[in-house]
Amino acid sequence: MSAGLDFSDGFVKLLVSGDRQAFGELVDRTSAKIYALGMRMLGNEQDAEDMLQETYLKAFKNLPGFEQRSSITTWLFRIAANEALMILRRRKGDSNLVDIDTDDSNENAPREIVDWCCLPEEVLASAETQRMMDQAAGILSPALRMVFQLRDVEGFSGQETAEILGISEDAVKTRLVRARLKLREELSSYFNERVLKEKRNKNVG
Amino acid sequence: MLDDRHCQDYLIEFSDYIDGELSPELCAQIESHLQNCENCRIVVNTLRKTIELYQIHGEDESLPENVRMRLFARLELEDPSHG
Repeated sequence: MSAGLDFSDGFVKLLVSGDRQAFGELVDRTSAKIYALGMRMLGNEQDAEDMLQETYLKAFKNLPGFEQRSSITTWLFRIAANEALMILRRRKGDSNLVDIDTDDSNENAPREIVDWCCLPEEVLASAETQRMMDQAAGILSPALRMVFQLRDVEGFSGQETAEILGISEDAVKTRLVRARLKLREELSSYFNERVLKEKRNKNVG
Repeated sequence: MLDDRHCQDYLIEFSDYIDGELSPELCAQIESHLQNCENCRIVVNTLRKTIELYQIHGEDESLPENVRMRLFARLELEDPSHG
């Protein structure tokens, strides 16, 4: 749980008391994950670094008020997620980032039905595929992308993701379904061509 | 497009099905549907694979050294890895 980051109660007490060494250890153990979230949400190094620094400046300032109602990890990610969304909001120049869940039931309907699971590993893990996956995730709205990153990539539970984002677990679920189906669609459309190519090669061979 | 209207009804459940979070009854219904519907089988398999690929892709989480140095400097902290 907590994306593989667990801290003892004693350590959290030290943090809350303002212990600099403990804070250094928190930064040491969590900063790669926070930076990765920044890169995936914001898509460039400068914004991700700004988000990273702001997250820990705010965390240090607010640690004395941390009440241990949630884990220190979800608390920290909550600050980070807010920072990322704030940067996106500034970039867009408006405050309306959360796309409202639409009732359009056709939106999720699969269009690409092609079984690409058996493509060779070198195709599925190629650098080109990885770039395409980043692009595909970039197409998602920030609200969907954030839930997908926290749940499926960072490994937070539905409840933890709900805590981090200050939304209900049902909302996490709805967004996760939409994000996963959209990404499946993007990947399927990309791999479709490769599946055909594999088939042609097999027929020739 | 999936032909059967039931496919559309099941679609939003596939995510929970993959996570193993469905009631046993609904899970059994979906499994019986999947046995008879190749398209939905493909959707479930590729959905599962999509998640798996992103998980593997996400395992590479490293902080560039210069970013790390600037972070510790900004926070006025000693970097424990340089202790």
